[in-house]
Amino acid sequence: MRRIAWSRVAINGAVFALIVVWTVPTLGLFITSFRDKQDIFNSGWWTAFTGGGGTFTLDNYNTVLFGGDGLGTAFLNTLAVTIPAVVIPILIAAFAAYGFAWMEFPGRRILFITVVGLLVVPLQIALIPVLKAYLAIHLNGTFLAVWLAHAGFGLALATYLLYNYISQLPKDLIESASLDGASHFTIFVRLILPLSVPALASFAIFQFLWVWNDLLVATTFLGTDQDVAVMTSRLVSMTGSRGQDWQLLTAGAFVSMIVPVMVFLALQRFFVRGLLAGSVKG
Amino acid sequence: MRLADSVAAPPPRGIGQVLATGAGRLLVSIFVPVVAFIVLWAGFLFLKDSGAPKIVIVLVAIVWGIGGVALLYVVANWLTEKLPPAWQRRILPFVFVGPAIAILTFYLLVPAFLTAWESLFNATGSKFVGLDNYVYSFSNPEMVTAIRNNVLWLVFGTLFSTGLGLAIAVLVERSRLDRLAKTLIFLPMAISFVGASVIWRFVLSFQPAGQPQVGLLNAILSGFGIGPVSWLTGEPLNTILLIVILIWGQTGFAMVIIGAALKGVPDEMLEAGRIDGASEWQVFRRLIVPTIWPTIVTVATTIAILTLKIYDIVTAMTGGNFNTQVIATLMWKQAFTFFDAGRGAALAIILLVAVTPVIWYNLRQFRGRAI
Repeated sequence: MRRIAWSRVAINGAVFALIVVWTVPTLGLFITSFRDKQDIFNSGWWTAFTGGGGTFTLDNYNTVLFGGDGLGTAFLNTLAVTIPAVVIPILIAAFAAYGFAWMEFPGRRILFITVVGLLVVPLQIALIPVLKAYLAIHLNGTFLAVWLAHAGFGLALATYLLYNYISQLPKDLIESASLDGASHFTIFVRLILPLSVPALASFAIFQFLWVWNDLLVATTFLGTDQDVAVMTSRLVSMTGSRGQDWQLLTAGAFVSMIVPVMVFLALQRFFVRGLLAGSVKG
Repeated sequence: MRLADSVAAPPPRGIGQVLATGAGRLLVSIFVPVVAFIVLWAGFLFLKDSGAPKIVIVLVAIVWGIGGVALLYVVANWLTEKLPPAWQRRILPFVFVGPAIAILTFYLLVPAFLTAWESLFNATGSKFVGLDNYVYSFSNPEMVTAIRNNVLWLVFGTLFSTGLGLAIAVLVERSRLDRLAKTLIFLPMAISFVGASVIWRFVLSFQPAGQPQVGLLNAILSGFGIGPVSWLTGEPLNTILLIVILIWGQTGFAMVIIGAALKGVPDEMLEAGRIDGASEWQVFRRLIVPTIWPTIVTVATTIAILTLKIYDIVTAMTGGNFNTQVIATLMWKQAFTFFDAGRGAALAIILLVAVTPVIWYNLRQFRGRAI
């Protein structure tokens, strides 16, 4: 009896220690983001608890969100990049998945195998050729350029996953709708899309986190000009060229995290389901 | 719908009469796509040069982007339905799969071949150099360091993320703090590697001796009277510490996936093992691990792919300085800082070759699990 009690204490203690180790770095950033610029350099964030750590302020957030060269613009840019870059590939992939699953056409098998095969191509392969093509048609630096790039890099996985789901829907359902005179387009919009919501949601969350947190694609095709840059790329330039403005960096980092963390916590269940179904970007 | 319509439609009157004639139909068939095109083009120009407030541009962009794609499908489908049934059947599948095929061809398939081709040429693409870029990639000291670092990422990142994930998943299941622990350890998955790097700056920060240490790690060390260590300047310690950031981010992923698999291990089997006198360690080692092995492999390969392509953490923490560069950061530097397309392309191909067997294995595991 006593042994079991002791092992329970040990396990709970170990888990508590893990929680502390995993959380303290983030906590440190959070506290730092409310500290004055001078305080950040003069003392560690933990001194805020032991006294002598200065006072707390909202100035960093004020500057970051509403200041002239703050992250307000970058936040909006990230939104403008992310929302279409999530919806567009899902829409295109859902159409394709339906086509592959429920339509007859020559070359169906070989085309589908090609799509799955493209899962192995890392997006780094595409950077130089796509950038050249973009420069030739003056598309670089536009939102459209980034949306399509994210669509291209997410599409193979999206098509593959949605195919797995849509091809498993009951055959009778689609056949009877077809007998009632519904066209493929009607069946897809009225029947398949609503039925596929769980799969669509799982992939949407995954693609959302991926695009929102992406640095490489946005930096390459959108650039680092303040007017168009997304948050991740602004944060990186803040760590480099303005290495002294840590107070802005901390608040900025927190602003960039707040949306994905909220989405994540609210929709964790869908996210886990997506991961278990293989929503793992190659 | 079309078929049924044309059978049951009442005799057309007025404007319907005009539209029903061949010429009228043709006119509408041209008119609708042209209008759709003009609307989309106007939207594109507005977004490109507009001086409107940012928030307006963002909203227009979102509506235009999503609406535009939906509109294209609707118009393409509408046009196809104007065709005779035999042609409809032939064309419609390509309305559905065509856009996906086209985008994948433009963004992945053709670039893969172009990059492979380009890797055989010099910096400007003007002179064929054979395999020189690859020879350079494996002989230049900077490149060799990058490849070594990628191996460190691959081995330590994969091993520790997966191993810790497994250990924590087993541990957390027996604890009362399980829900809290799972959420908090999983949470870094939602944080970008850039954000994670900012977080870890305040752990790894270094100030010269005598000045106040604002980095947690150095502050703890100085508490023990050990002098401050400049964590990020000495190799290979700096790369190892960057890998810790990845482990911090990915262990939650491993924990959740492995945790789900653990729930699927039948209790009777474990009970039978315990009754036969197996210790808890033996139950874990001989019964649990073999049962969930496919899941462990899936998690490990997934993280392995991530480590091979790692880019963000290095860029945000050290910019690839102090010999922390990896293949992906060097590839970007060669291609977009030095404008050496040939060397950049060769590195991209090396990345492809390194990643392919791992992804292939990962996919095979998934198919084996019959999702």
